[in-house]
Amino acid sequence: MTKLSRRNILKGGAAFAAGSTLGAPMIWAQNIKDVTLRQFGTGVSNLNDVANKVKEDLGFTLEMTALDSDSVTQRAATQPNSFDIADIEYWICKKVWPTGNLQAMDTSKIKNYDKIVGIFRNGKLTPESTIAQGTAPHTVGFTEGPDGKGFVDNESGWMTLIPTIYNADTLGIRPDLIGRPINNWSELLNPEFQGKASILDISSIGIMDMAMVVESMGEYTYPDKGNMTREEIDLTMAIFTEAKQNGQFRAFWKSFDESVNLMASGEVVIQSMWSPAITAVKSKGVPCVYQPLEEGYRSWGGGIGLSAALSGLERDAAYEYINWYLDGWVGGYLMRQGYYSAVPETSKNFMSENEWGYWFEGKEATDTITSPTGDALAQAGDVRDGGSFEERMGAVACWNAVMDENQYMVRKWNEFIAA
Amino acid sequence: MALPIMAVLVFFLVLPIVMIVTVSFWQATEFSIIPAFDLENYEFLFGSNVTYRVFFNTFKYAFITWVFTLGIGFTVAYFLAFHIRSLTWQIVLFLLCTIPFWTSNIIRMISWIPFLGRNGIANSTLISWGVIDEPLDWLLFSDFAVILAFVHLYTLFMVVPIFNTMMRIDKSLIEAARDAGASGAQILWNVIIPLTKPGIMIGTIFVVTLVMGDFITVRFMSGSQSANVGRLISNDIALLAYPSASATAVVLLLTVLIVIGIMLRFVDIRKEL
Repeated sequence: MTKLSRRNILKGGAAFAAGSTLGAPMIWAQNIKDVTLRQFGTGVSNLNDVANKVKEDLGFTLEMTALDSDSVTQRAATQPNSFDIADIEYWICKKVWPTGNLQAMDTSKIKNYDKIVGIFRNGKLTPESTIAQGTAPHTVGFTEGPDGKGFVDNESGWMTLIPTIYNADTLGIRPDLIGRPINNWSELLNPEFQGKASILDISSIGIMDMAMVVESMGEYTYPDKGNMTREEIDLTMAIFTEAKQNGQFRAFWKSFDESVNLMASGEVVIQSMWSPAITAVKSKGVPCVYQPLEEGYRSWGGGIGLSAALSGLERDAAYEYINWYLDGWVGGYLMRQGYYSAVPETSKNFMSENEWGYWFEGKEATDTITSPTGDALAQAGDVRDGGSFEERMGAVACWNAVMDENQYMVRKWNEFIAA
Repeated sequence: MALPIMAVLVFFLVLPIVMIVTVSFWQATEFSIIPAFDLENYEFLFGSNVTYRVFFNTFKYAFITWVFTLGIGFTVAYFLAFHIRSLTWQIVLFLLCTIPFWTSNIIRMISWIPFLGRNGIANSTLISWGVIDEPLDWLLFSDFAVILAFVHLYTLFMVVPIFNTMMRIDKSLIEAARDAGASGAQILWNVIIPLTKPGIMIGTIFVVTLVMGDFITVRFMSGSQSANVGRLISNDIALLAYPSASATAVVLLLTVLIVIGIMLRFVDIRKEL
């Protein structure tokens, strides 16, 4: 055993020495199969199907670890050597980037950079769009150079994260148990749903949903929901604490599965929810709608960041992976779950005309729409909740955010849970 | 002989506690921990009325759970020790009590959720029997559910030590009491309970420390709507606030030690073992 492995190491070393004298491309095909990249992130895009496809298309191994948002932040900030690729959200990036655990990425090496949607480049979906409140992705998407530690407000050519996945979130409802139209965020605190409402117990996202509700109730209009003052945090929490004490909420959820179970079992009829959770409820045969609301959506975006420790062949492989990621296969896979791809036009090649029409263009389905796992989600004639890409992403009211008063907010959130 | 045990204890018990106490005086920003000597964590802890409410809640869970586990545990142990005559049957029935422990405690806890839910088995059965018209909402995601799960999870920790001490009671003492004219209730109160005290105390220590240190049962069974000290600590850890989590842990540790210290005043376990 010892002998064998030593010989392998020697062989590898010789190949590497040869490679460095003869030029990198020579070793590329040889050694790429030995590369293992460790990726971690939230459950949404850490899919085994992606890892399998990477092995098939690119030849190297991708190890995936899925964690909840808090753990992801914690790991990215404190254990830089435990990962090669961080699949994180933009608001997490705002917290993690200053630690120096990620490295800037050269956009000239990104083949499809020019096709990335405007939201991630100048913040505008269309030239006329206004930029929503909160941590909009483009504000933390670029840094000044290869060693940049700050954020810049222009397309500097050095990206902190390469955008991969994003969506517009709203409330999920059980139309069969509510039986009337729901059009406003304020319905979450409507006494009609006493004991049948829920909100997510992840402070940084929950506070944004709360702010949408408070504004919709007409209680207060925030100058910036994504960056509240202490007084605004107190006011928001007071309204929700009162509702909690009046028994408005059935439960709070922290993980995706909990939200699915609450909704599917009928414990809850209206709650904050994520798109694939709706898909999961529907695939159990239970009616569930991702209800578009007048005040607009709370949106989020995720991207891939590279560990500062990544270099050499591994880094080349990581760039290869990123280019492959934006090339359409993953985009198509994610779009069939109800997310959006950063480069929609490449995803189109991997979706049927019916799928593209239903998920992206907001058209009536011409045939049964199935999830990537094969469950039927919609029948011919159905239209996606909220309509087309432009209608949904164009109605974003705020982005998930980290506030200056984050620590104060977290303490208040703990009080809310204990109240 | 004592050296290896000492080494294990120092390495796995004393050092971690020293570390926790040290860190509890440090400071933290969102992603860095700064070594310092600062009382801020404790000031915040003792200055917030949430802390007192949460500690009260923790004691409440511990006390109610203790009452029920003691009642059930004592009865089961008594039945096994004094009503079952053959040793074989005692062993068989005792093993029967441990069957639920063959699955993970998370599974045992979560399986209550579909049972107690609004459209769960409990509610639909009660409705079909005509006992209630509307489903009972307080069955799940409530203090009732939390305590039910605790009692279910931890009663065995009461049964085992009590059963153990009961088996050591000399049967001739009970015969002597009966010969002297004592009634069944008198025997129970004046002979069996005093002799079972060490077992009760060991069981109590198990149950109280388990309930006071728990966070996952409270989170799942209350639907995240109630908090105990364990949840405060786990929330802090999730948000990288290790110093503040350590300070809470130190206060919890001291509280539990005080509680156990008080209990040991009543029964000298060492003398009676």
